[in-house]
Amino acid sequence: MTSPSENPLLQTERVTIRFGGLTAVSGLDLQIGRNELIGLIGPNGAGKTTVFNLITGVYQPTEGTILFDGQSITGCKAYRITARGIARTFQNIRLFSSLTVFDNVRTAFHLHLQGDVRHALWRGRAFWAEEKAIATQVLELLEIFHLEKFRAAPAKSLSYGDQRRLEIVRALAARPRLLLLDEPAAGMNSSEKTDLMRLIQFIKGKFQISVLLVEHDMQVVMGICERIAVLDYGVKIAEGRPDEVRRNPKVIEAYLGEERTHDA
Amino acid sequence: MTFKHAKLLLLAALLLSLLISLFAGRINSYVLFVLYAIGINIILAVSLNLINGYTGQFSLGHAGFMAVGGYTAAVITNQFGDLNAFAAGALFFGALLAGGLLAAVTGLLVGLPTLRLRGDYLAIVTLGFGEIIRVIFQNMNAVGAARGLSVMHGYTNFFWTFGTAAVTVYVVTALVHSTYGRGFIAVRDDEVAAEAMGINTTKYKVTAFVVGAFFAGMAGGLYAHSIQFLTPSGFNFMQSIAIVVMVILGGMGNTPGVIIAAILLTLLPEGLRWLAGIPSLPGIAKAYPFAWVGNTRMIIYSLLLIGLMLTRPQGLFTWKRRPILPA
Repeated sequence: MTSPSENPLLQTERVTIRFGGLTAVSGLDLQIGRNELIGLIGPNGAGKTTVFNLITGVYQPTEGTILFDGQSITGCKAYRITARGIARTFQNIRLFSSLTVFDNVRTAFHLHLQGDVRHALWRGRAFWAEEKAIATQVLELLEIFHLEKFRAAPAKSLSYGDQRRLEIVRALAARPRLLLLDEPAAGMNSSEKTDLMRLIQFIKGKFQISVLLVEHDMQVVMGICERIAVLDYGVKIAEGRPDEVRRNPKVIEAYLGEERTHDA
Repeated sequence: MTFKHAKLLLLAALLLSLLISLFAGRINSYVLFVLYAIGINIILAVSLNLINGYTGQFSLGHAGFMAVGGYTAAVITNQFGDLNAFAAGALFFGALLAGGLLAAVTGLLVGLPTLRLRGDYLAIVTLGFGEIIRVIFQNMNAVGAARGLSVMHGYTNFFWTFGTAAVTVYVVTALVHSTYGRGFIAVRDDEVAAEAMGINTTKYKVTAFVVGAFFAGMAGGLYAHSIQFLTPSGFNFMQSIAIVVMVILGGMGNTPGVIIAAILLTLLPEGLRWLAGIPSLPGIAKAYPFAWVGNTRMIIYSLLLIGLMLTRPQGLFTWKRRPILPA
């Protein structure tokens, strides 16, 4: 892991977004290093998912710039940002429900297609060779996550935990350099959470990518993140190693409320 | 099936329709006319299925594209007198292509601004567009305005109709059954997730719209040279609805189902007409026992549709399809 301050993979500079009179994220400076696992936490409504939507181009910032690998992606459309190398999962699972597990992952491969519509129409040798290569890679990915046995099943028929994992597989199929995970542990029991933590660390090592993790579950965040940023009301109130953040009075205040002394 | 022999199947379908068209002289002309209507409806329904079914963009303007193609092809062939068979074939093919291309351009012009709308809004805008096209033809004196346009040549034959239908089915199926084409279904299932997976959703929607409009334009040209008389009211809102009904009845995004629905819904009114024309039945004294069907034909047709929509809203022909994996 390189230090995030020099040559970061992602850098947001004073990013602000306002919805009408509400400032959802205010002056956010965030850096993500290469092959770093960073957590973004904060109470409900702190603006965590909004930060995701800003980075992935779902929202455009009102002010500020976002740099990915040194180049501005501010104002880029979502699909272009994915093509640059940022992929994500969603807080409320958004799989392609009528497609099979296989096809869900295959769809993400279209970014790496050499041929275009004409290939699909002509269906020549090159087309079949490419489709076959993609199928092999899709099955490889599914195997890593033990989902290959469901490959022909519709995505919506999977269990909740499997759907979450399938979303991660689909995001990885886009071959990102930065993976954004939006509350991957939501709705999981503690043994599933342990599996998930292992999985995230495995992904980071195997694919050599950076991961930005939004999560409510402190067990997960504190357990695997190398660095944590804390948001409250759209403002970054703390940043540092998990043990530092855990002791930070501002963080404790944001989560538990202000400490009052009762001297009469 | 892996859809691997698709090109061979297409070639076989083209040869078969050519073969049948050589013997078309032996087929009763009314039967032929109904057959052409079936072929044209298959083209319309399968091409609309790409837009409404696979890509999930509810369009109510298909008759508008059909009108653009129909009038364009008719105006082109009307410039020529009688030609020998080969020249006529080449002319007709060119006219059909021109009609399809102009319809595709219209689809592009309509699609670019409107496809950012979703659901009901898109339906209303495409409906409005279809009406605009109709009103333009209704007021265009060069094509006979409301009086209609006579089409001099009855060029439509079995080969052109079912050849085009086979090409339509091939193109739509080939598009959808590819890594590229899964994007259409991804757009339908979840636009936000599709964008996040790097899919340019606008481009996919416009592509579906343009390809769909192209084949609707071809169908319009075939229709013009089969019925040999065009009126703007033939391309009204009801015509668009009729095509949408075929798609819904066949099952959105289910090409074989949509083909069957197109066949059945073309035959149904004709079948009822035939029923009304039966002069007598053994055991029934009255002549023309089903004459009442003739008067209430369209009511029965509508009631059947309502009944089907109530009982099978997911489409008549939904079956479990095996996922198509490259072998």
